[in-house]
Parts: sequence; C-alpha cells; structure tokens
Amino acid sequence: MTDYPLLSIAIWLPIVGGLLVLATGSDRNAPTARAIALAASILGFLVTLPLYAGFDTSTSQMQFVELAPWIRRFNVNYYLGVDGISLWFVLLNSFITVIVVIAGWEVIQEKVAQYMAAFLIMSGLMNGIFSSLDALLFYVFFEASLIPLYLVIGVWGGPNRVYAAIKFFLYTLVGSLLLLIALLYLFMESGGSFSILDWHNAKIPIGAQTLLFLAFLVAFAVKVPMWPVHTWLPDAHVEAPTGGSVVLAAITLKLGAYGFVRFSLPIAPDAAQALSGLMIGLSLIAVVYIGFVALVQSDMKKLIAYSSISHMGFVTLGFFVFNPLGMEGALIQMISHGFVSGAMFLCVGVMYDRMHSRQIADYGGVVNTMPKFAAFFMLFAMANSGLPATSGFVGEFMVILGAIKYNFWVGFAATTTLILGAAYTLWMYKRVVFGAVANSHVAELQDINAREFLFLAILALCVLGMGLWPYPFTEVMHASVNDLLRHVAAGKL
Amino acid sequence: MNFVIPDFYPAAAEIFVMIMACVVLLADLFAGRGTRWIAYFLTQATLVGAAVITFATMDGQVVLTFSNMYVDDVFGDFLKLALYLAVLMTLVYGRPYMQARKLETGEFYLLALFATLGMMVMISANHFLTIYLGLELLSLSLYAMVAMNRDSAQSTEAAMKYFVLGALASGLLLYGMSMIYGATGSLEISAVAQALLQNTANRSVLVFGMVFLVAGIAFKLGVVPFHMWIPDVYHGAPTAVTLFIGAAPKLAAFAMTMRLLVGGLFAEASQWQDMLMILSVLSIALGNLAAIAQSNIKRMLAYSAISHMGFMLLGLAAGVVAGDRHFALNAYSSAMFYAVTYVLMSLASFGMVLLMSRAGFEAENLEDYKGLNKRSPWFAAMMMIVMFSMAGVPFFIGFFAKFSVLQAVVAAGTIVSWYIWVAVFAVFFSLVGAFYYLRVVKLMYFDEPTDHSPVSPPMDVRVLMSANGLAIAGLGIMPQYLMSLCAFALLRSL
Repeated sequence: MTDYPLLSIAIWLPIVGGLLVLATGSDRNAPTARAIALAASILGFLVTLPLYAGFDTSTSQMQFVELAPWIRRFNVNYYLGVDGISLWFVLLNSFITVIVVIAGWEVIQEKVAQYMAAFLIMSGLMNGIFSSLDALLFYVFFEASLIPLYLVIGVWGGPNRVYAAIKFFLYTLVGSLLLLIALLYLFMESGGSFSILDWHNAKIPIGAQTLLFLAFLVAFAVKVPMWPVHTWLPDAHVEAPTGGSVVLAAITLKLGAYGFVRFSLPIAPDAAQALSGLMIGLSLIAVVYIGFVALVQSDMKKLIAYSSISHMGFVTLGFFVFNPLGMEGALIQMISHGFVSGAMFLCVGVMYDRMHSRQIADYGGVVNTMPKFAAFFMLFAMANSGLPATSGFVGEFMVILGAIKYNFWVGFAATTTLILGAAYTLWMYKRVVFGAVANSHVAELQDINAREFLFLAILALCVLGMGLWPYPFTEVMHASVNDLLRHVAAGKL
Repeated sequence: MNFVIPDFYPAAAEIFVMIMACVVLLADLFAGRGTRWIAYFLTQATLVGAAVITFATMDGQVVLTFSNMYVDDVFGDFLKLALYLAVLMTLVYGRPYMQARKLETGEFYLLALFATLGMMVMISANHFLTIYLGLELLSLSLYAMVAMNRDSAQSTEAAMKYFVLGALASGLLLYGMSMIYGATGSLEISAVAQALLQNTANRSVLVFGMVFLVAGIAFKLGVVPFHMWIPDVYHGAPTAVTLFIGAAPKLAAFAMTMRLLVGGLFAEASQWQDMLMILSVLSIALGNLAAIAQSNIKRMLAYSAISHMGFMLLGLAAGVVAGDRHFALNAYSSAMFYAVTYVLMSLASFGMVLLMSRAGFEAENLEDYKGLNKRSPWFAAMMMIVMFSMAGVPFFIGFFAKFSVLQAVVAAGTIVSWYIWVAVFAVFFSLVGAFYYLRVVKLMYFDEPTDHSPVSPPMDVRVLMSANGLAIAGLGIMPQYLMSLCAFALLRSL
C-alpha cells in the first residue's frame, strides 16, 4: 500500500486536466488543448498503475481506502476504495481515455478544447463511480457523468444527434432517480448511514428487498442496457462521434453491470435469488433475440451497438447463475468487451472519417486499399465473435460453463451466441472488407496513418494479451468474487 | 395610561432601511437628471448596511419586542441576510436592463427598498397583523414595480391581474386570520400556539380559518391552484422586475409560512400538512408539465418556479408523521435549504435573461438562446450550470436541495408508507422537468446561433453572474455548510 491518495488522484487529475483544457478556449489554441489533454490522460492512466501493482490479491477487503466526512448532516462521507471487482474498471477507464484522446486528435476540428475536456472530466467521474464506497457519492458521480456524454453526443454527433442525446439523458435519468429513492430508503433503514459496506450487512425483510431490487433493476438495467430498455443505446451509438461511442461501449455500459454487483446482489441477496429466473430470462432474450436483431442491421455502428447489448446480456447472465465461474466470466467479459467494442467502434470511425458513411452497402473490398487496417479489423471482428486466443473467448466460455453448471438448457441457449456472434460480425466483415472494390470511393481510400496504427495496435495487444494470459485479470477477482457469492448464498433473512 | 417605550434594538435593521428609503426618495428628488447612480448606490449601500446591522445584532437569542408583535431570532436573521443578498444581486442584474429601456427611475430603487422592508417585516413578524403589514408593503410595492413600464399594455395588464388577485389573496389571508382569532382569542402567533396546546380553541372555526390561511399562503408562494398569476406576471413585468418577484419574495413567503403554520399552528400540523401535500403534488405535476409547452423563457421559468415551490412545500408537509414530531426539524430545514438554493438559482436564471437582453431586444424566447456556446462559451456554461442545477443533476446545488427534501419525505415514509410513493411521484415529475431544462442546454450547445451579436454585459454583471454560477457549482461540491446553517437557524429559533 502506498501513502498517496491514489484513487482521489485518479478521479481529480483528469477533471482538473479537463478544466485546464477548457481554459485554452477557442480553436486557435487547439494544439495546446490537444497536448494538455494527452498529457492529462496519460498521467491519469499512469497513476492507476500503482493500484494494480500494490493490490493485495489475498483479501476481499476494500483497498486504497480513503475516508473523510463530506456532508456531516446526512453522514455522507467521501469514502473511496477498490476491491477485486472494481479495480480493473478504474484501470480500463483511464486506459480508454488515452485511446479516445488519441483517436480524436485530428478528427475533431471544432471546439477541440471542449471535446477533450468533456472526455477527461467524464473519465474522472467514471473513476469516481467505480471507487465510491459511499452510496450518495456513487450516485452523485453516476448522475454527473451523464452531463459530459450528453454534450458529446449532442455537440459532435451525427444528424439526429439532438434526439439521441435527449433520449440518452432521459432514459438513464429515469433509472437513476428511482435509485435515489432506494438509496434514501436504505439510508433510513440502516439507521443513518450511506456506506455501501454497512448496507451489505443490513438486515432487510424480503418485501423491502424485492422493492429495492426492482428499483436497482430499473436503474441499472437501463444502463447495461438490458432488453427491453435497450432502445436508447443504438440511437446514442449511431449519433455519437467515435470517441463518444467508444466511451459509451467500453465504460458507460459497465456501470449498470457494476451496479448489480455492488448494490443489487449484496444488498438484496434473497430477492436476487428469488428473481434470478427473471434476470436470466431477460439476459437470454438479450443474448439470443438481440443477436438476431444485430444480424439484420445495415448500419455498422448499429450492428456493433446491438452486438454490445447481446454481449452485456452475457454479463448479466453470468451474475445471476451464482457460481464463481459465471461471475468471474462476466467480469472478464465486461473488461474484454471494453477493449473489443471500443476497438470495433474505432475501426468504424476510421472508415467513417474517410467515407462519411456507416452503411455496410457503401463498402466492399476495403482490403484492397487498406490492407493494414483490414488485418486489425479482422482481429477485432474475431474477438467480437469470441474466437479462442482473443479476449472475447475467455469471458464467454467461462459464462457458458457457469450457465451449464446452473442449468443445462440455460447454458445451451447462451451457447447460440457463439454462432450468432460469429454470423453477424463476420458477415459484416465479409461484406465490408472482402470482395472486389465496390465503388470509386473505396478505391480512393488511404490506409491507416501512424496515429491510427498506434491506437489500433495497442488495443490489438490488449485483446490478444488478455486472450492468451487472462490470469492477471482473474487473479485479482478471486477473493472478492468468492466472498460476494458466499454473502449472496448466506442471505439476509 | 402606561406607555412603555419598546426595545428598538431587535428591529434596528428595519429602521435603518426605512430611514434610508426616505433618504433615497429625497436624494433622488433633489439630484438632477443623469444622476440616477446616486439612488442606485445609496440603495446598494443600504442593503450592505442593513446586512452589517443584522449581522452585528445577531446574538442567537429569541428576542420579542413591540409588545410581542415582533421577533428577532437566528431564523429571521439568516433569511434576512439571504434577502439582502438577493435584492442586491437583483438590482445589479436589473440595472443595465432598466437603463436601456429608460425605466431606471428613482422610484424603482425606492420601491425595491420598500419591498425589502416589507419582506423583513414579514420575516420577523410574531403577530398576524405584523405579517399582514409586511405583506401589504411588499405587495403594493410589487404592483407598482410591475406597472413601471407604463406604456406597455402587457405590463399594465400584468400589474392589474397581479393587483386584483393579490388583493383577493390578502383578503383570504386576513379572513383566515380573523377566524383563527375567533377560535383562539389572540392574534399573536406564540399566544395562538399556546391556546392550541391548551386545547381551548373552537376546532371547527379553527380549521375553517386555517383553510383560508393556507389559501392565502399558497397564493403568495404561487402554488397550484393559486398559481394563475405567476406566468402572466412573470411574463408581463419588465424582466428586472420579474427577477425581483421571482427571487427575494420567495424567502419572505417561506418565512411567512413558517411563522404562521409552524410557529402558530404547529399543534394542527397534521391538518395543514394534508393541504400542503395536495398543493405540492399538484404544483409539481402542473408546473413541470406546463413548462414543457412554453416557448417563452420567462413563462417557462415561471412554471418551473411553481414546480419548485411545490417541491419546497413537500418538505414542510413531511414534518409531523402520525403524530411523531421527531422529524420536524429535519423536514423544515430541508424546505428552508430548498427555498434558499432556489432563490440562488432563480437569480442566476433570470439574471441570464437580463444579461442576454439589449436595448430594444428582449431575450425572451427560447430561440434567442440558440448557439449561445458559439457566442459566449463562458455564459453558456453558466446557464448550463443553472439549468442542470434546476433539473437536479449533481454536482450542482439543486440536486442537494432535492435530495434533502426527498430525504425528509422518505424518512416520513419509513413510518407512513404512502410518503414513499409521494417521493416517487416527485421524482418522476423531476424527470419530466429535466426535459425542458435540457432543451435550453440543447439550444445553447447543439444549435447554430441565429443572432451573432456579441454578448457584452457590463463588468459588474459579468462578475456577479460568474460568481453566481460558480456558487451554484461550488456549493454543490460543498453543500454541507449551507445545509447545517439552515438546520442551525431553525434549531435556535423554534
């Protein structure tokens, strides 16, 4: 353990960096804004590395804890800490921010400072969400993170951006406001504490647990997003600029799933078990039905958005089969999805920057003009469909094993994703990349430049590395996951 | 007959404002044209002086004076300090607007001072007649201020409407007071409370009077179904006056509510709480729904004011649960916190409307805010802070205001479960409300400007607006002090 308040630095460094970037003002100073943003994001990532290095994998206790009173009147504390579940998300988030800054380098020419600042501030807020141990602090970060993404979609988005931005904001606000009521109720019931860890041990009758679980479900299901409250995601993804899509897919979607692990399961374990049938049902609908929906998309971003929903269905499935394989698989799937979907959106972004089209029909034979790019895209497409030796495989495989342990037919239904995922991803890849050069626009395409090569290569290393050597990821989770499952199995009644 | 000279000390600030108002009147009379700044600076100096006096005479005790008609306590002092600040900011924001429209007369400042005095009297009243006195002083000043732009048919109409409805409401209030006098035999608030505790009052007359009292209060706060005047008056009045009406008087109305209902009729809390609950639920629903349909920002903010006042009343309606007074302090201080923060946000929002207006151009329509981010990123950011704060998004102070009221309601809900559903209802309509605040942000950030003229307010407005916006953000990061202050003020006074 180090003495530095690492988590606070991980939260506030990007936010302060973002404000600095904002201070550079107009687009005349764009190079300065970019430079500061890059420095802040890299620094922000570097400070999270000691978290991993100093993490004690033998315990499920919270580590790097920081505790200071914030609002004494309601006993709200500035209470931070990470365990094996949240640690990787802090790292992932800070890492993705660097990628997003590099990816937006030349692409964004308007209001550069505001664009970079929005992502930096968002990054800090997301770190806050993943490391808050005080429920109100969590909530504050959770809601505040809507603002930058709302602006990113609305200002730099596509033609239908206003609709998408407002839909995104209102959908997620519905959920989070109910969450607030649930938190206030728990505050009263626990005798005036907002500490999530205290709530884990609070005895709550089954009726209240069920209501709490449902309130959490609404809040987090919208964020995940689970079927049937997923409709905001394709809209938001399609309209968002590339960076926005990447953060949305890689980080924001994880918030909902993280909420299940941090709130729903430990606080309302009995209700979670009673309602696991519902959760598994919804997850399977997401996996199978949304898989089919993805198959028929003609817009690349929409296709990847639906594939995200389908993959996140896997995550919620893994949580509610209540065994270590399923849960760890789900967490691995979340991290892997962060890399893979981020990379997929970046690939679409690379093509969109050149062609200004996301329609599959406008492409064909890209491999002839962009061979390097095609190779990267191939890798990520394979990872998205869960090819062994890529990160996509590890999580899916573990969740399927966990699901089969729970119930054969649940596992069987989940397995269809291997076919569906391969079908929609590879079919899209085939139509876009292979074949003869489809039209004159494709013929004029330039292959990726050094900057694009850089971020795609980094992500490719992550995807391959995680697929071949997932141990560093699972290692930190064991203690926390086992502890959580014991807690859920013991119940509170 | 024995004539006792009363203790003037607790009312020193009121007396000071009174004298200074006369000085402003005379100074403005004798100063020639083009020296309007004398009145302006004298007025601002008066407010600062009054703040100093209030601060200096604050001793944490409850002091009664003028035969118990007047009270000086921490609750009153705190609200008065907030009041001075609100009026001071109103005048800074309003001055360039009034100048550009040739409406900057000495009367404007004079009436503002008299209205302030009226509000101070309302805040410190311990007697029904004192409350009425203060209320009328405030209202009459406001009627005149609304009509200040006398060549505008719209303003005149608004003033007329305000006057007729306001007089009616004053009548209702007075009628309610007389009924309560009939039931308890006293007009002094603490004596009324005493009589109720001893259970000597005639119940049916009392409750009858209470209904009228609540109706009068509801009118002054502007909550449904007594809200009709709000949109028209907000819309019709010169914007500087709208700002005046929309900010400081909310504090006075809150104080009046607290003095009358909590100070006087606390024993009957379960009765008036039900009435407030209905008013509150209706206001939150109607205010938020109607605001969506507005294309004029002043009307939108008017409906938003209705919904905010409804939300504030929710805190007052959660004080006594099933006879348990345990939650009262928490609930009332949450309502007070809400009122104070609302005033801060209201100042910034109308202040922004004033800031955007120029000579011959009223930035009244939502369309006028299109692309503000291109024209002035800084003020767009300030307006965004205000809008998100009003919508109740953290880290802004508006979130903590909603949070503390909801917390009080949910606390009541742990005893009487339907309170929880009220909280869910309130939260649901906050969501509806978020839509129209988001729309303003959308216009400022997502749309292209149609009007490219630069936004160049005078330096004092520039500084104050920045301070106001940053205060909303800063208090949101550190809400604890203001919250504790509200709780402390109530604790030492009730």
